[in-house]
Amino acid sequence: MSDLIPIIVAKYNYWLYIVLMMIGLYAMIAKNNLIKKLVGMNIFQTSIILFYVSMGCKRGGAGIPIIQHGPDAGHHVIDLANYVNPLPHVLMLTAIVVSVSTFGVAVALAIRIYQRYKTLEEDEILARLRSK
Amino acid sequence: MKTAGLIIVILAGAILLYATQDFPPWGAPDSPASTHVSPRYLQKSMEETAVPNVVTSVLADYRGFDTMFETSVIFCAGIGCFALLRIFRKKPEDRYYRHIATEITLHIKGGRIPEKSSEFERIDALWTPYDLIIKTVCRILVPFIQLFALYVIAHGHHSPGGGFQGGVILGASMILIAISYNMRTAIARISEKTDNLLMATGVFIYAGIGTLCLILGANFLDYSGLSTILFSGPIMARSHGIFGVEIGVGITVMAVMISIYNNLASEGKQDEGL
Repeated sequence: MSDLIPIIVAKYNYWLYIVLMMIGLYAMIAKNNLIKKLVGMNIFQTSIILFYVSMGCKRGGAGIPIIQHGPDAGHHVIDLANYVNPLPHVLMLTAIVVSVSTFGVAVALAIRIYQRYKTLEEDEILARLRSK
Repeated sequence: MKTAGLIIVILAGAILLYATQDFPPWGAPDSPASTHVSPRYLQKSMEETAVPNVVTSVLADYRGFDTMFETSVIFCAGIGCFALLRIFRKKPEDRYYRHIATEITLHIKGGRIPEKSSEFERIDALWTPYDLIIKTVCRILVPFIQLFALYVIAHGHHSPGGGFQGGVILGASMILIAISYNMRTAIARISEKTDNLLMATGVFIYAGIGTLCLILGANFLDYSGLSTILFSGPIMARSHGIFGVEIGVGITVMAVMISIYNNLASEGKQDEGL
């Protein structure tokens, strides 16, 4: 047990994201309502976004990845420890907007399903599909 | 289904938790993610693109090809929402009109669409009286929100910001009009046709700048090729090229956000809703 605590303390952020991701996965598998499934999908995406952003983090006073520069741009020694890793931020910046757009498409599909079957509950939709 | 789901989730979670043993400690400066390509970006961004915000330079220059297709994905999502939901009705349906002076509501079933008049205004079926405070505050706030959005797009080189963020704020300002007034007011500002054209225009600007580089003799999306028409050195040309690309991204994101909102909130009728 005493060996486990330092492991958890060093990496508890990953544990939190995995718990969050599993909550989203469980909602996608087990929930009956289609909108609740979509909410689960969004929780899943959020956990991945948090995971990426935390990968870019650097301990010890690293700031945002905007290079501090004087009037003569480009002739500085850049200390890498002062700036967090920009790459995960770039990837997640686009991922957030894309997730909003794909969520829009998913809600559009849910609206079409509702217009046709008058319900968003998965078991009722399946019952109606079988009875035809 | 619930127990099966729970078993799958617990199994997957346990495997992932086991895998975290091999992860680097949180915030380690020498983690693999921070040692391969990211030092190159941080050290060379100012030198090669004259953009202090490394996120912007990586987004639009080093990984410009990736971002172009991300923009295309957003464009496709907007078109997908349109294709799924949009309904074009030929026959007129029930409409409600309100006499402004006496506040009498008329319900018109079918028939011809009445002409526009100053005495009557069209209202939604689930109309509630306008709240004066919300209407006034939104009308005052919207120009400032749009100004801030333009600042976020234009100042993305030096501060946190860029096309994606600014585009979303611009789209949100139009959605605010649609919520605080009604959807017809928002559509009168940016019509559906304009909006759909803007969606395509943004992607066209992005791909067009890339093709322009190709025509001027550089690689696709290598903005240093633009230096001959921008009358500047290759490094400043990269900076300006990034700016042009960010404008394209901003236009697409704004138009797609408005289009998705309009189609979702009105179930594709683009007539009344929320």
